[in-house]
Amino acid sequence: MAETKVVRRKRRAGLRIIVATLLATVFSLLFSESPGRAARRETDQPGAECLACHGEKSMNTTRAGKTVSLYVDGKKFATSVHGSFGCTGCHADLEGKELPHETPARVKCGTCHATEQEQHARSLHGKAIARGDPLAPRCVNCHGNHDIYPVKDPRSAVTPLKVPFVCGQCHREGTPVSRNRPIPQDNILENYSESIHGEALLKKGLSVAPTCATCHTAHLILPHTDPASSIARRNIAATCTKCHSQIEAVHRKIIRGALWEKEANVLPACVDCHQPHKIRNVFYSQGMADADCMHCHVDEKLRRARDGQSMYVSVGEVSHSRHNKVACSQCHSEVNASRVRPCETITHEADCTSCHDEIGKQYMSSIHGQLVGKNNPNAPSCKECHGTHGVLGKQDPQSLTFATNVPLLCGRCHREGQKAAVRYTGRQHEIIANYTESIHGKLLKNGLTVTATCTSCHTAHRILPRTDPESSVSAANVPATCGRCHHGIEEQFENSIHAQRVSGSAKELPICSDCHTAHAIRRTDQDNFRLDVMTTCGRCHAEIAKTYFDTYHGKVSRLGYTKAAKCYDCHGSHDVLRVTDPRSHLSRANVAATCQKCHAGATRRFAGYLTHATHHDPRKYPFLFYTFWGMTTLLLVTFVVGGMHTLLWLPRAFQMRQELRAAEAKRSATPETPASKDKESTDA
Amino acid sequence: MPKGEVAERQFIRFSRLQRILHICMIVSFMCLALTGLTLKFSYTKWAAVLSHLLGGFENAGYIHRSAAVVMFGVFITHLVDLYKLKKREHASWRVLLLGPGSMIPNRRDLAEFVGTLKWFVGRGERPAYGRWTYWEKFDYFAVFWGIAVIGSTGLTLWFPVLFTRFLPGSFLNVATIIHSDEGLLATGFIFTVHFFNTHLRPEKFPMDITVFTGRMELEELKRDKPREYEALVASGELEEKMEEAYPAIVTRTIRAFAWGALAVGFSIVLWIIYAMLFAYR
Repeated sequence: MAETKVVRRKRRAGLRIIVATLLATVFSLLFSESPGRAARRETDQPGAECLACHGEKSMNTTRAGKTVSLYVDGKKFATSVHGSFGCTGCHADLEGKELPHETPARVKCGTCHATEQEQHARSLHGKAIARGDPLAPRCVNCHGNHDIYPVKDPRSAVTPLKVPFVCGQCHREGTPVSRNRPIPQDNILENYSESIHGEALLKKGLSVAPTCATCHTAHLILPHTDPASSIARRNIAATCTKCHSQIEAVHRKIIRGALWEKEANVLPACVDCHQPHKIRNVFYSQGMADADCMHCHVDEKLRRARDGQSMYVSVGEVSHSRHNKVACSQCHSEVNASRVRPCETITHEADCTSCHDEIGKQYMSSIHGQLVGKNNPNAPSCKECHGTHGVLGKQDPQSLTFATNVPLLCGRCHREGQKAAVRYTGRQHEIIANYTESIHGKLLKNGLTVTATCTSCHTAHRILPRTDPESSVSAANVPATCGRCHHGIEEQFENSIHAQRVSGSAKELPICSDCHTAHAIRRTDQDNFRLDVMTTCGRCHAEIAKTYFDTYHGKVSRLGYTKAAKCYDCHGSHDVLRVTDPRSHLSRANVAATCQKCHAGATRRFAGYLTHATHHDPRKYPFLFYTFWGMTTLLLVTFVVGGMHTLLWLPRAFQMRQELRAAEAKRSATPETPASKDKESTDA
Repeated sequence: MPKGEVAERQFIRFSRLQRILHICMIVSFMCLALTGLTLKFSYTKWAAVLSHLLGGFENAGYIHRSAAVVMFGVFITHLVDLYKLKKREHASWRVLLLGPGSMIPNRRDLAEFVGTLKWFVGRGERPAYGRWTYWEKFDYFAVFWGIAVIGSTGLTLWFPVLFTRFLPGSFLNVATIIHSDEGLLATGFIFTVHFFNTHLRPEKFPMDITVFTGRMELEELKRDKPREYEALVASGELEEKMEEAYPAIVTRTIRAFAWGALAVGFSIVLWIIYAMLFAYR
């Protein structure tokens, strides 16, 4: 034993309690029916001397403040495998001791069971004991102490039928071990009991069915990451083939079963298909090899009788796909190898979720999955996006799900006029066209694969409408969704007045897409964005936007002048704050610097310009109001006086015109040439 | 006028420089009015179209400021010309400013104004006007006032950083209102009252182009400025102030230009009326 005496002494009290409790439990279970028998003295048995005291049921002692029974069932001990050794066979340190003796030392099973002891010491359990783990099991925890029977004896604590429960004492849900120790598998006992192995053992009583110890071994239990473990990747086949020795005949894909043992790293291990503890008899009970399928499906002319659909499977397509190591029957799991046509039992399409379980759950919660659930014929299933036999990973540029292909893929249905766009009643239109023209779309076109595609915002499998609070594009989630790439901006935004947390406003606050749009996201330095942002802010800030248009910046902006200050040039874009906030771009300390962005040399006094002034408000801007009305009065008076003067003049002017015409007519009536007349008058 | 005839001789009312200055004034004023009003009425569709035609707002701004410089140039040139006139013809400012050729309104102008109003309502004869009538003097000083008010506010808006070194920032708001409304006043007045009073009176139809040719018929002088005519006859200076009329092609060209200016002016007036009545905010 690796333990030192010092360590052992420290643990003694605790261990004794465990041992004693166990003893009490076992004994009380076995002899509760006939207490009278226990009282009878069995002096002819080995260890009769000991039983003189320990045969008394009432014999007990107090250890660490707890009463511990010291009763030993002599009859049981006599029939156990150790019965013939007597008490001192194990408790050797009590040989010849005066009675009453001291508390004996811990029994060393390894004295006889050296191999098992050595294996246990190397195992997880043994190492845990060495670490001082109080939960680590010792020999007695599994085997019991005075009532050890041969393994094949039904009375044995470790007979196959009992093994799952012995292990399950610790390895079932809710125990301190399952809760506090890093064990990657969960629901081990439940899964096992529902697996084909568990069913055979527990329901059908097939004692040769594998128990925990069959795969994990009885004493040399090691984690699967340990190369020496029976369940290590390279050893698992050997472990399984202990029983399934003809397995290669079933798995014909692998020509020689030996490959599993020799090149386990390149080949699927048993557990890749048959999950440990969950080995289901539904899917894989009967092996199907691809060759069986391809026997027929290699034919290009193969058609389904029902609807004439081609049933041809291209070997080349599959071999280049991501599933090139996955057998046909893993996806088409309803095959039945016992039939002449194994596929005739297939009634459903390939179930991707048998492997892609988590994604399947996401998909079923998505709008796509919900529509499938409602039997909508247009709803996309897995193969709609991922293809069938030629499925490729999203990292493969050939894949439909590769970043640059995603908008085309989604566009198949979501392009204007297509089936998804037709049933859509929201406010987003020309989604694909807008995206293509957006900054994201243009970057993607330039080959930047890390830019946002449809799935970056909508997720790939958890797609939900904007109105669903769970959606990645719901109002509450949009900032975080955009922030996955634009993190710095999200931080600014979350500290701005537009964030609920800061403003505490009950009104609907703007999110990224309210200003940037959802799909037509433009560069913010482009003219259109700069000009549109005025009306964008004005959607909520109607009054203040109106007054903006009353002053120079607003007026010239409306005429299309992009350089004039827009809302965010002064207020900030994502970090917009109340002007009273010292951190605001428009606070007393910052305002001059903000003006200086355009007006070099601007002072605090310059910043006194009223950018939202209106001359219609006599209370807020009296001097503007009175200047305006003073000017208006001046205008009105001038126009009225000037206009009246002109209007009064008009009749006289017409009169003069008539007189002139008459005089001219008179002159032309006299027989003189006008030239000579003119000359005369000039001379005169 | 038939070929070979001696050209008609006409009275010279305006010097060459004065005529050039008026044309410069027209061009710069039109530019200022157009570009300025696009900004004032930026909320109308018209303004956006016009701004676009002028090459975008930024361009319109350049045009506005260049025209302002021309306008200032016209103003200064005129003042220099007055100074030269004083040196050439008069001994003192007193004679220049209070003599019969002066633009300064005097008691006689008041009498003529009252007389004119009486004439309008048929209570008297048309007054015998001198070289400058009271409405011509009003127009003349309106320009002085306009240049002072619009020019000074315009400069503060042109150089806001400079001016806010000693003026409060909100003065720019006040300056904007004054500049804009005074501009509206000038535009409105010139394109209606001035057009009518000086160029488009029915008796002068189709148009009085004296300010472009510098010449007026003697008959017209006798009729419109009898006091000046008589004074000239009395002093015997009339003959030296007569020159040959321009050939028809020149007057036709001038008329075309004048009509163009009128058309622009009236369009602007219509636009102002539309903007004030139907789209005002």
